[in-house]
Amino acid sequence: MTGKILATYEYTPAKVERGYAGKTLYINLSDMTIKEKPVTEKMKELFVGGRGFGLWYLWNAVSSDTKWNDPENEIIIAGGPICGITQYPGSGKAAVVTLSPLTGCPMDNNVGGYFAPLLKFSGWDALEIQGKSDRDVIVFIDGNRGKVVIEDASDEPADTHLLAEKLTEKYADSEEDKRNISVVSSGKGAENTLIGMLNVSFYDVKRKAVRVKQAGRGGSGTVFRDKKIKAVVVKYKGVTGDSNNPADKKKIINAALRLHKEIFELDKLQNRMREVGTANLVEVMNDYDLLPVMNFQYGSHPDANRITSKVFREKYFTQNVPDNCWYGCSLSCAKAVDNYEVKTGPYKGQKVCVDAAEYETIAAVAANCGIFDPEYVIEANFYCDTYGLDTISFGNIVGFAMECYERGIINKEITGGLELKFGNADAALELLHQMAKGEGFGKIAGQGVKSLREYILEKTGADAKLLRDISMEIKGLEVSMYVSKESLAQQGGYAFANKGPQHDEAWLIFMDMVNKQIPTFEDKAEALHYFPIFRTWFSLQGLCKLPWNDIVPADNAMTDEPHKIPAHVQNYVDLFNGVTGKNITKEELLLQSERVFNFQRIFNLKMGKGTREYDMPPFRLLGPATKEEYESRAERYDKQLKELGYDIEGKTTEEKMALLRQYRESQFEKLTDAVYKRRGWNKNGVPTLETVKKLGIDFPEVVELIAKYQE
Amino acid sequence: MIKVNNEDMDFTDGMTVEDVLKIKKYSHPMITVIVNGKVIPVDSYSTYKVKDGDVINVIHMMSGGC
Ligand code: SF4
Repeated sequence: MTGKILATYEYTPAKVERGYAGKTLYINLSDMTIKEKPVTEKMKELFVGGRGFGLWYLWNAVSSDTKWNDPENEIIIAGGPICGITQYPGSGKAAVVTLSPLTGCPMDNNVGGYFAPLLKFSGWDALEIQGKSDRDVIVFIDGNRGKVVIEDASDEPADTHLLAEKLTEKYADSEEDKRNISVVSSGKGAENTLIGMLNVSFYDVKRKAVRVKQAGRGGSGTVFRDKKIKAVVVKYKGVTGDSNNPADKKKIINAALRLHKEIFELDKLQNRMREVGTANLVEVMNDYDLLPVMNFQYGSHPDANRITSKVFREKYFTQNVPDNCWYGCSLSCAKAVDNYEVKTGPYKGQKVCVDAAEYETIAAVAANCGIFDPEYVIEANFYCDTYGLDTISFGNIVGFAMECYERGIINKEITGGLELKFGNADAALELLHQMAKGEGFGKIAGQGVKSLREYILEKTGADAKLLRDISMEIKGLEVSMYVSKESLAQQGGYAFANKGPQHDEAWLIFMDMVNKQIPTFEDKAEALHYFPIFRTWFSLQGLCKLPWNDIVPADNAMTDEPHKIPAHVQNYVDLFNGVTGKNITKEELLLQSERVFNFQRIFNLKMGKGTREYDMPPFRLLGPATKEEYESRAERYDKQLKELGYDIEGKTTEEKMALLRQYRESQFEKLTDAVYKRRGWNKNGVPTLETVKKLGIDFPEVVELIAKYQE
Repeated sequence: MIKVNNEDMDFTDGMTVEDVLKIKKYSHPMITVIVNGKVIPVDSYSTYKVKDGDVINVIHMMSGGC
């Protein structure tokens, strides 16, 4: 059944040339306008694609006063020039950009599934959605017929596992045709919280099931549902290895062959991504005291062995099916649990296929809440996905609420009767269902950790400093799943990240804490300059980060800079040149990223943030915030204080904590200075005029904006 | 005494690279072990004997969801 057609637009699909369709699709849901915009050479030159295009469109769409739920806010979904090639692993990603309800600043996510490649081959380098509909809609893009339709979707379900399947059935002409469809959807949870995420589907031919990957962070799903979009569907039949019409296919194939060979020979000895996906990190992080346990109080737990990749592999993951989220990805990390019988909530008794479970999810929903139960992980993972909720934010919220409950800061009166003790899986699931329905304590908790902290403060008059110390958010976004207490560089990696504390900008814990390769402030600053910039590049191109460093050539350790994986950087240079016909060097590759990275920082400034004060982490990110944490690792901390020259004989834990805190906070300030300097920013964290000129982003609006912050 | 990633560690007679990794709980699959500047092949971790005073670097690569 088709809902009432609200708008139709017919177009002649552009042929993709050298990675670009040359046009983007603009939709305004307030007045149902649909139109196309040209992709200019200048846009390509300055912003490349993907996240770059998203930020540029969003910058032009919003003013400093725009709030996430104003009609001016946009959601932009874009691949990038390399997006859609089928030869090189990890080439089907979409960047999603919007103003975040959690941070008030631009949010970017990099997500798998088939949407971005199919969108491009349908003739669009980006989809830009502005405005707000007055009723639920589905946007359907038919890339073969050259037609865009907005339909009334009032009667459709919101939750993803129902909707994505229904729409795949509806728009596919046959079983065979299902692989030509990708659905972007969210769920009821996104309507009733600020932590809504987007699911992007692909049809798994082997499992005969619709699978979903997530644009998880910062509330993109909340914006999506606020615009009253139930789904965006793209359909395109005819993907081939040449759909991008690359300039020099040989370059691409040569790079691809090198990587496939590495993956087939070495993955089994390295990360076993093909076998267990990212779940292998649970045991590794637990061993290195980096797995967030009970709201980041601790870094390991004896019961963590119940939620390791071994358990998921032996009992839950459907075996012998290397899964990828776009054609040609032999790293195939996208694991799933088939035929899972749902145990709680509205879908109890249904048998479903769950895209479970990635490391971040296991760490967040389980270890961080003190729950070491794999079936609970799958249940929570299923519901977060179908409700359209970010598992990382969810796990942080529950962990924080549980700690407040256990410390007696909140009680059943506040939680509406929920016994939020660490380890209480039933209470965590009940809270999840409440969030989705927008009821009870779930409604309050679903606004995110920052808002929950403010609520608790107001209701209880609890110690504000303690609450800030233990609420794991920066810029309003909840921290992703690594304990950074013993790595100063990672503290910076989290705190300075443009969108908020997500590890995709920088993950430096091993280099810093274990390998001791970046001992000085200058070394750390160099790493915090290079890696965030390099990593930004993936989201400009439509690439996945995992094939960069989750598999490395056998001789990588012998290279000058093993952590950069020089051979893979060269592959990326070859891919870009192979697709676009340009001839960039690896330095120019970095420049593409540095430009967008700084532009995003300045965008934060435009939204009234983006200065040093917004880069301040909660103390727990830097060290032990409570007596229990200090005493659980007393040997470590005592040793450090002694090495620093403190006489700690006879001192109480509180006194020692104060000394350590003073020291660590001063280290963090020094790191901040060093990083800002290396990045070409002033002491307040604002890019200097010289920096924006060097990068070619000295537009009048930018210059005027940063001028106010120059010393 | 030996040095492992810049930290002192007690030396015991007959200690192998594998023992060092176990004691340090270095379980990450993507590591390279370098003893006094020389890379030790993975298949000899259990047989390679460490000597007193050796300087060992165990280089961990980044990986995973990170
Ligand atoms: S490595 Fe995993 S997430 Fe990345 S493209 Fe391949 S299957 Fe998708």
